[in-house]
Amino acid sequence: MAKRIDVSGLTAYYGAHKAIEDISMTVEPRSVTAFIGPSGCGKSTFLRTLNRMHEVTPGGRVEGKVLLDDEDLYGSDVDPVGVRRTVGMVFQRPNPFPTMSIFDNVAAGLRLNGSYKKNQLTDIVEKSLRSANLWNEVKDRLNKPGSGLSGGQQQRLCIARAIAVEPEVLLMDEPCSALDPISTLAIEDLISELKERFTIVIVTHNMQQAARVSDRTAFFNLAAVGQPGRLVEIDETERIFANPSVQATEDYISGRFG
Amino acid sequence: MSQTAVQVPPTPSPPTPPSTLSGRSLPRWAPLGFAAAAIALGCGLGAVAGWHSKTQWGLLSALFFVLISYTVTSTVENKRQAKDRLATSVVWVCFILAVVPLFSLIWVTVSRGLKVLDGYFLTHSMAGVPGFETGGGVYHAIIGTLEQVGLATVISVPIGLLTAIYLVEYGRGALAKAVTFFVDVMTGIPSIVAGLFLLSIMLMFELSPSGLMGALALAILMIPVVVRSTEEMLKLVPNELREASLALGVPKWRTILKVVIPTALGGITTGVMLAVARIAGETAPIMLLVFGSQLINANPFEGAQSSLPFYIWEQYRVGSEASYDRAWAAALVLIAFVMLLNLVARGIARWKAPKTGR
Amino acid sequence: MASTTPTDLPPAPPARPGKSASTGRAGDKIFLGLSRGSGILLLVIMASIAGFLAYRSVIAISQDEGNFLTTFDWNPAGDPPVFGIAVLLFGTVVSSLVAMVIAVPIAVGIALFISHYAPRRLAAPLAYVVDLLAAVPSIIYGIWGALFLVPYLEGLNLWLDEFFAWTYIFDKTEVGVARSLFTVGVLLAIMILPIVTSVSREVFLQVPRMNEEAALALGATRWEVIRMSVLPFGRSGVISASMLGLGRALGETMAVATVLSPSFVISLHLLDPGGGTFAQNIAAKFDEANELGRDALIASGLVLFILTLLVNGAARLIIARRKEYSGANA
Repeated sequence: MAKRIDVSGLTAYYGAHKAIEDISMTVEPRSVTAFIGPSGCGKSTFLRTLNRMHEVTPGGRVEGKVLLDDEDLYGSDVDPVGVRRTVGMVFQRPNPFPTMSIFDNVAAGLRLNGSYKKNQLTDIVEKSLRSANLWNEVKDRLNKPGSGLSGGQQQRLCIARAIAVEPEVLLMDEPCSALDPISTLAIEDLISELKERFTIVIVTHNMQQAARVSDRTAFFNLAAVGQPGRLVEIDETERIFANPSVQATEDYISGRFG
Repeated sequence: MSQTAVQVPPTPSPPTPPSTLSGRSLPRWAPLGFAAAAIALGCGLGAVAGWHSKTQWGLLSALFFVLISYTVTSTVENKRQAKDRLATSVVWVCFILAVVPLFSLIWVTVSRGLKVLDGYFLTHSMAGVPGFETGGGVYHAIIGTLEQVGLATVISVPIGLLTAIYLVEYGRGALAKAVTFFVDVMTGIPSIVAGLFLLSIMLMFELSPSGLMGALALAILMIPVVVRSTEEMLKLVPNELREASLALGVPKWRTILKVVIPTALGGITTGVMLAVARIAGETAPIMLLVFGSQLINANPFEGAQSSLPFYIWEQYRVGSEASYDRAWAAALVLIAFVMLLNLVARGIARWKAPKTGR
Repeated sequence: MASTTPTDLPPAPPARPGKSASTGRAGDKIFLGLSRGSGILLLVIMASIAGFLAYRSVIAISQDEGNFLTTFDWNPAGDPPVFGIAVLLFGTVVSSLVAMVIAVPIAVGIALFISHYAPRRLAAPLAYVVDLLAAVPSIIYGIWGALFLVPYLEGLNLWLDEFFAWTYIFDKTEVGVARSLFTVGVLLAIMILPIVTSVSREVFLQVPRMNEEAALALGATRWEVIRMSVLPFGRSGVISASMLGLGRALGETMAVATVLSPSFVISLHLLDPGGGTFAQNIAAKFDEANELGRDALIASGLVLFILTLLVNGAARLIIARRKEYSGANA
């Protein structure tokens, strides 16, 4: 199930603008890797290169390699649609399909990828909602629209939707930034449960959150204003927060800039 | 940029399923190839069957294009890709289907209109020219159009502006709701109905046809367009601007006149010009209310007048080669006028956009 | 109610010099009066349109010796005067429906092309061209249709007759040029294409980016993204755009008057020349109409007015409902 990601020499552009430059790192399977760094340093852009969502943005293009186990996501015969099916994503703001019911939202990805019998579908939807710790809250209203849920519930619905297709990797782009503290806590608990099954990469602005949920942490920064973002260092979360090897990381974490 | 050594994975991964990332795919030029094959097939079949109408050749080629892309993709790639390709080709076909007649319209008007369009045509009326003979011009119709449209603009702009101001700056409650609703309803009134309305007034009060009656009908068509576009523009003016002015102790009406309107002026002008362009091409009310004339009548308040769209209709109805030529030439003049208004209006909108968008 | 002065502003500070404050207030009153007056004037215009048309219609219908709704004839100058709108109503609705059936799918296709498929450099100029085409006066569509489209459609008409005569509606029973309700429908479709396209395009462009990304991130192809997030979001917008287009098609005068060869028959053989629409009939009969003839035409115009009111009202209702709906998800 969970796969390792190996990135080497990755550079991403928006048109002529270079957003991130020459990033190499390894993301371990069945672990949580957090990306931290000041705004605009390219964390989210980098995250979106990991499932080829970056190229959806007008003018977006990528150089370098992203190996999922041993397969290059940017290989010439690779279909981006298949990549996104394998590497799931949860966004900053919860985005359930507004016209679909809760059930249909979770089943949406499954229905794309093949034909399931009704009871198979029901089973997978229930399992996914249980994994997302949402089942008990919505089991009586599966046919109601997903947009009727609270923000935190919607975000868990989106997580259920993403994991229903059994991706190898789950990318999360600041999944709690639009949520209140209690919903945030619920999502964080969920992340620690999900890492048993998936490789998880999470972008966060909240350093406490990175410290709480992640096994490894990567710190991104801009060399200067207008320069592309770079990876400063990646290490065990404990070490990053206690004793980082680069001064800039320590400055950022201790709040001296950024 | 430090990288720690790769960790030992906590548990051995379960056997990985076969890769799903890559699959057979068609080259990027495939759609072009499909199109070429389809056109060859369509035209070939059309020629063999001896259909003289190129419309059929084109439709057949389009059909082949959609079919070929679907079947080839579904055999080489897979069902989902094929559906995606099907949708893409249908969308392209729609686009081409629509573009062909629309460009043909412009092309025909320009090429046929240029035949008799010259200085003489623009500066002479149809006085003394029998419809089926060559000669004559469009001068009287241009005068009629300018006067009728000008009058309609003078009538509808103040009403439209004030109504929009009422809706945006003052409007609350039932009256505003009713006005909003009826502005929408008014937008949908067919031009011939507006013409009939004034016709019934004319019948009632025994008025005679004149440019003014036509202008009144045009104003009815124009007012809702002006209200709508002005409303949109006024809503774009940020509230902070109004509050800043009010906080200085400027009364509300002066705030509206001196701050709100000037800020939105570019957009309002654009809206008015687009509305003018729309009514300049209206034929039906003119036909009912202005009656048409072969002579120059510069007085819109008395007697029959002509107008460009009415002139086209009149010349079309004569049905001779000479009158068709005149109709196309007048159509070209009218299209040029309307397009010019549109281009200038959109130019103003673009030029003013950054300022109002602040 | 609107009669109270707006309360959302603080009143002018009392410390201001009395004179200028009072001119301010008088100015405010005059200005409010003027702008509210314009709003009321608008309502008065609408009411008098309905009133005058209805009044003249009553005059006409009371002298009609036939049944106004079911008579297949238009002879208000005859003795006795006989006229009815059955043929006109049928022709108007049928030609507009043909136009809708052709135009709406194509317009949705073009809108999708501009919003989601066209190369980015092409999309903006295309949208611009479509907007410009919406401004082409209908009389020009009319002469283009009559002098250019009709001959071009003859082959298509014969072909439809040859292969689809079994559908009944495409069975061409009369020889003659293609001045049929079907041709009128094709021309109307071309005419309403720009408006339906530009409204649909606006709606498609409003689909929140995150809804589309949600579908993309699940591994959806471009078509699946459109099916899952763009079309459901845009459905009501497309419906209301179509209704606006329908409203235009129903009331279109000149294009129909130039293309159709009118006759007072009802026939579902769409390829046969003949039939009539409200607006076309008014344009064709107005010149030789006597006083009763004019009132009769006004009466038919009233029916057209009501028809377009219904269609536009329905479109507005759908838009209003859509607003609530999208507001809830904002």
